[in-house]
Amino acid sequence: MAQVEKRGANLPATFEWEYAPAPEARDIVQLQERYGLFIGGQEVEPRSGEWFGSVSPSTEETLFEVAQAGEEDVALAVEAARDAFRNGWSELAASERSKYLFRIARIIQERSRELAVAESLDGGKPIRESRDVDIPLAAAHFFYYAGWADKLEYAFPGRNPQPLGVAAQIIPWNFPLLMLSWKIAPALACGNTVVLKPAETTPLSAMIFADICRQAELPPGVVNLVTGDGTTGGYLVQNEGIDKLAFTGSTEVGKLIMRELAGRDVRATMELGGKAANIVFDDAALDQAVEGIVNGIYFNQGHVCCAGSRLLVQESIYEPLLEKLKRRLTTLRVGDPLDKNTDVGAINSKAQLEKIRELVASGEEEGAEIFQPECRLPERGYWFVPTLFTNVAQSYRIAQEEIFGPVLSVLTFRTPEEAVEKANNTPYGLSAGVWTEKGSRILWMVERLRAGVVWANTYNRFDPTSPFGGYKESGFGREGGRHGLAPYLRFDE
Amino acid sequence: MSRLSVKKTYKLYIGGAFPRSESGRTYEAEGHNVARASRKDARDAVRAARAAFPGWAGATAYNRGQVLYRLAEMMEARAADLEAACTGRAEVDAAIDRTVWYAGWTDKLSQVLGGSNPVAGPYFDFTVPEPTGVVAILAPAEPPLLGLVSRVLPALAGGNVVVAVASEAHPVAAVELAEAVATSDFPAGVVNLLTGSADELAPWLAAHMDVNAIDLTGVEGSTAELERAATENVKRVVRSSADAQSPYEIEAFLEHKTVWHPIGV
Amino acid sequence: MAQAPALVGGFELPSGPRLPRIGFVDAVALEERAATLAKRSIKRESKVQALELAVRMMDLTTLEGQDTPGKVAALCSKAMRPDPVDLTVPSVAAVCVYPSLVATAKERLAGSDVKVASVATAFPSGQSPTEIKVAETRAVVELGADEVDMVIDRGAFLSGRYAKVFDEIVRVKEACAGAHLKVILETGELGTYDNVRRASLIAIAAGADFIKTSTGKVTPAATLPVTLCMMEVVRDVHAETGHIVGIKPAGGIRASKQAIQYLVTLYETLGPEWMTPDLFRFGASSLLNDVLMQLRKEKTGRYQSGDYFTID
Repeated sequence: MAQVEKRGANLPATFEWEYAPAPEARDIVQLQERYGLFIGGQEVEPRSGEWFGSVSPSTEETLFEVAQAGEEDVALAVEAARDAFRNGWSELAASERSKYLFRIARIIQERSRELAVAESLDGGKPIRESRDVDIPLAAAHFFYYAGWADKLEYAFPGRNPQPLGVAAQIIPWNFPLLMLSWKIAPALACGNTVVLKPAETTPLSAMIFADICRQAELPPGVVNLVTGDGTTGGYLVQNEGIDKLAFTGSTEVGKLIMRELAGRDVRATMELGGKAANIVFDDAALDQAVEGIVNGIYFNQGHVCCAGSRLLVQESIYEPLLEKLKRRLTTLRVGDPLDKNTDVGAINSKAQLEKIRELVASGEEEGAEIFQPECRLPERGYWFVPTLFTNVAQSYRIAQEEIFGPVLSVLTFRTPEEAVEKANNTPYGLSAGVWTEKGSRILWMVERLRAGVVWANTYNRFDPTSPFGGYKESGFGREGGRHGLAPYLRFDE
Repeated sequence: MSRLSVKKTYKLYIGGAFPRSESGRTYEAEGHNVARASRKDARDAVRAARAAFPGWAGATAYNRGQVLYRLAEMMEARAADLEAACTGRAEVDAAIDRTVWYAGWTDKLSQVLGGSNPVAGPYFDFTVPEPTGVVAILAPAEPPLLGLVSRVLPALAGGNVVVAVASEAHPVAAVELAEAVATSDFPAGVVNLLTGSADELAPWLAAHMDVNAIDLTGVEGSTAELERAATENVKRVVRSSADAQSPYEIEAFLEHKTVWHPIGV
Repeated sequence: MAQAPALVGGFELPSGPRLPRIGFVDAVALEERAATLAKRSIKRESKVQALELAVRMMDLTTLEGQDTPGKVAALCSKAMRPDPVDLTVPSVAAVCVYPSLVATAKERLAGSDVKVASVATAFPSGQSPTEIKVAETRAVVELGADEVDMVIDRGAFLSGRYAKVFDEIVRVKEACAGAHLKVILETGELGTYDNVRRASLIAIAAGADFIKTSTGKVTPAATLPVTLCMMEVVRDVHAETGHIVGIKPAGGIRASKQAIQYLVTLYETLGPEWMTPDLFRFGASSLLNDVLMQLRKEKTGRYQSGDYFTID
């Protein structure tokens, strides 16, 4: 009879292995000192005369300056978009439009390394993510929508789809180039022209995108980029010349925008915040569920609207799962975004870091138990250690409010009904995760979860063919797939 | 004294390579000696296609779309050569644009042709389109390039692998196209192009038990014999026109699979 | 429909307290995790460290019908002194041979730290009566093998006769009489990661000192995801019982880059305690020269040619 012995503490001496720094070369990005606005196919100085610096969140150095577009600048951009729409873009044969978008997709692929480095430098996300996720998806998005441009009658048979006109688009700082492609690709494919405002802290990849438009020989004015902070966004929303407003950002700002649009003839889509439940049943493939949880909340430093920020664990599996999860956190590498071995990069800005700190402090105050692995953080830059809270009550702020940082709140449940109840018990409804090996249970949960995206046995998967968007206060409208075209079209009734 | 040119040898395109016909035959067409494929070449082509099918059908739709787009890139680069092999630049432009058009369908088909079905019971039910397999194509004679491209692309866009027989009168366009295909990241065997006598080769392909569908668009006159031969393994028989362009051209070469799964705790 | 297998007394049900539950493995997520670990960029000093460790972890292997004493003698020389020029390169962990070559290997390696591992149990197929497999084990141990690499009965496993698989391992372990036992699962034949997990647990419960992926005679042999799956089993066993087991991927590992990926995976899954030849081995032959070339490249700055390294 075989005995399974306990050999306990007699492990041989350990092997200290420090990975040497493996930095991606920075010099592939030729930074300009300043980037003007991109209006009517040209780089132009802002009429406002104002500029501001863009800071690298991992080093706190000012990388370059961008223009702060004022009301007049925004008006010029909208006018340029209107001109381009009237004088050519909307009359251009759809198959020609399609070929411009294919060109853009290919050029993004060709310049992918440069774009990935720029993205990590400017925004703080690990190069492994910008290189392997952001940039490839951005190219794929253009490739997918390029193919729809001259096939709209098959997407909406009998409805005579037509473009709306000028689309105003405001995007966040968490996936700068990817969010840009989610906005611009479908808009252009449907025959619209755009004025897009990149996020204040992450304009760089958009500025390179302007150069890509030039290389693709895109007709001037089809794409216009106005940099600036929230006030620039405000001017864009208020401008009377826009036909459409697409916004991705916080629910709070989304509501402000919607109030401003009320009563006006402007179509809108909103992609707002979330507080997704990641639900793990006791028959889940455990080690893989741990990867999914980690990917769900620590990917991109948790700066993800659909992040799985609430872990709902079935009580019967709580102990082993938490042990594995905590152990896994200790192997996360936090550091220089340009280092190829970095798993978790820098927090995007000082402001965001303060918000995270404040909410984490509230968690401790309200009585949750905090776990943070030991982490050597760099001296300069904005960093936050991957964090996990147990002993969390649903009412705690850390379980209610979107933290938008690498902070996970862990709660438990007993039955599938209870899991659904707790998961849906939020004003948000963007996404959810379900981990179980039982197919019928996945489908049962899917039917009942009030979320626009449900990931089963995976998390944070995106594809241009797959519609993405929220229920309830997480917004309305879908991006991706055939459904992503409708928000940029009008139809005969 | 003007420089002597190096003349091209016009060969078959099978399994990613350019072999001469195993029969050693050629025939004169459009001022060149062109390989005259035999039934054994056709047999080899079907074998190469079958071997390539799992890889091509199993690739992501995105990947297939990119390969087809690359074909358009390579055709554009060879526009001058292609022009000399057909009616002119307008036809070449149309062929390239049609290639781009079909490239954009690969990742949209299941959204237009498939979907979930609201069955009356606690089941999740969905239908997905899938490629049928090895498709034999008898290319139309006119237009020499656009006709061939118009029939080959729908099958490829759907994830099928192809054995196409060029029109006997206009084989040069097919060879030029084969060269573009060979430089387009297509895995070997996905596209096979045979030049020679369609009358000689068609019956063998129509009767071949490992060919899943046959496109008779290029056959002039009665197709009854070929259709009868095709019944032995219940081939899908397709007849269309040289200038058709639609996702339903792709659908003609697709199967549909419906899946059921219970919904329950 | 076969009868439910009778379990040997003392084999705890997998859902019991002393062994981790068999559970499930999601193939897509597992392979993704392995792919992410494979992206680690290990440079400079950390690379040299890994390469030197890889040499020390190698079971230099020859398992051919055409093996002769001459071939094995040459392999043993290579095992003791892998790099003809650079004597700082350590010797490998072991030489792995067929039973009839054990005596030759033993003699040639006498006085060195390199162990002699012998395959046994009707390697590679395992399709032989248990008695013969046990007798073969005794024989190779008597010939002086320090380590025994056995194969599980895949026919029994795949037809659900887990008790038979278990019993056989127990008996072979007895016959080892203290020699170190590696149990080859032949993961390439098991079909799913769930099966790899189950086979790993059976082997460990039955007394394996090491679980090993492959015989090298079947494709696929070792892969990073399959090895990761086995590492996760070893981790669970250690977490729940304190028992410590080693892992050996074998077959198909030819490039230094792959070896480093395995070491990264080991380091990030099981931790620094497992980074030792006592708990991790590579079953390989051509890998050694690739590692030597990489080591020399790191030391000299030049890409290397095979001409400057002995074949055996």
